[in-house]
Amino acid sequence: MLHLPPRYQRPTGVNAPADFADYKTTSLRHPKQPLKLLPQRLTELTGPVFGEDRVGAGENDLTIANGGEAQGQRIVVHGRVLDGDGKPVPHTLLEVWQANAGGRYRHTGDNWPAPLDPFFNGLGRCVTDANGHYSFTTVKPGAYPWMNHDNAWRPAHIHFSLFGTAFTQRLVTQMYFPDDPMFFQDPIYNAVPEEARHRMVSVFDYDATVPNWALGFRFDIVLRGRNASVFENEEDHDD
Amino acid sequence: MTEKPAPIYPVVPGDFTTTPFGVTPSQTVGPYWHIGLPWTDGPDAAPEGADGRITLAITVIDGSRAPISDVMIETWQADALGRFNHPDDPRGVVELTPAGFRGFARSAADSTGTALVNTVKPGALPTESEVEEAPHVNVSVFARGMLDRLVTRLYFPEDTDAHAVDPVLSSLTERERAKLVATKVDGGYSWTVYVQDANADGVETPFFEL
Repeated sequence: MLHLPPRYQRPTGVNAPADFADYKTTSLRHPKQPLKLLPQRLTELTGPVFGEDRVGAGENDLTIANGGEAQGQRIVVHGRVLDGDGKPVPHTLLEVWQANAGGRYRHTGDNWPAPLDPFFNGLGRCVTDANGHYSFTTVKPGAYPWMNHDNAWRPAHIHFSLFGTAFTQRLVTQMYFPDDPMFFQDPIYNAVPEEARHRMVSVFDYDATVPNWALGFRFDIVLRGRNASVFENEEDHDD
Repeated sequence: MTEKPAPIYPVVPGDFTTTPFGVTPSQTVGPYWHIGLPWTDGPDAAPEGADGRITLAITVIDGSRAPISDVMIETWQADALGRFNHPDDPRGVVELTPAGFRGFARSAADSTGTALVNTVKPGALPTESEVEEAPHVNVSVFARGMLDRLVTRLYFPEDTDAHAVDPVLSSLTERERAKLVATKVDGGYSWTVYVQDANADGVETPFFEL
């Protein structure tokens, strides 16, 4: 018999409904039967732990690719990865992908008439440091049209993928930019409960701006934490 | 024919640096995840040539019974002896069996909605009570049109005795249980995940909240 570590808390008021009619593709891709509860046991409380071993040289800089410099507004995106208890998640892998400055993805499925940038591939990887801090350099992605509704445009965004330390903490999200004029008509952003939407919006960070080089944006990411009642006894669990 | 009109949402100001912290919401991987997420060795939870290596062929089908060709499957599981190389496993951190086993796979579907995962069959797992969890693989399904991942489990057809006492399967009806059991095929197992069926007695795969 086992004594398992504390469970992760299921957040409420955070995630979008699986069926969100304004986002058309959800209609055939959401379960209609109620979800079953999966108690967190060994498989759920453990998870793949990836760090520097998955990151290649230069992968934290998306602005240099194929022997040249990408077009667009150069930006530094940085922040901390924390768990729901406010503790940093150190040495954890972040994977990001995005459109180029003109809003075009380097993908066979993206054919709208904005130019590809020969010097921008649009993928990056980095690892948090001992304090849970990460940083990468890229160009600000453009907005782009999609077929969801009449004259539909996605707000500019960067896709983020994180593992945390347990299967339960896995997160794929999108980082947006402050005051984006496209928010009002975007169902992917607005599918999230109103009180949690701002957690996906980065803030302009003048202190992170590199003079004569790049603007700075800060985006902190919070993964699920352990149960609050257990958190109070956290010091007892250090052994 | 008119297109669907644009929705209009109120735009709420907010700033995560000045309001209390909360968990970051999930968003869809979208249609372009192939740019950033595939790894050359992604499908290999167990390396080529590993003892007992098998292939899981996981097919994902949508509510119109069409394959989801842009799906990404991730799997996480114990090793052949039911162990994890992880600090939160109270049994301690161990070298995994077979050598080079990673426990995790990430695999892109082909045009038939099928993603391949190369792995080994996991061992059974102890729990906090007398019963064991039958050998299983945790499966995450990511795709355009899914604002959050779907989580389910794959079980193995030969473990009928273990299934009878498995605490997760025991919480399901007999019909639901059967949907989580893969089929033995040459070189491994095949399994179909049906994302949606309006009929409660239909084909929809049981999905879990964690």
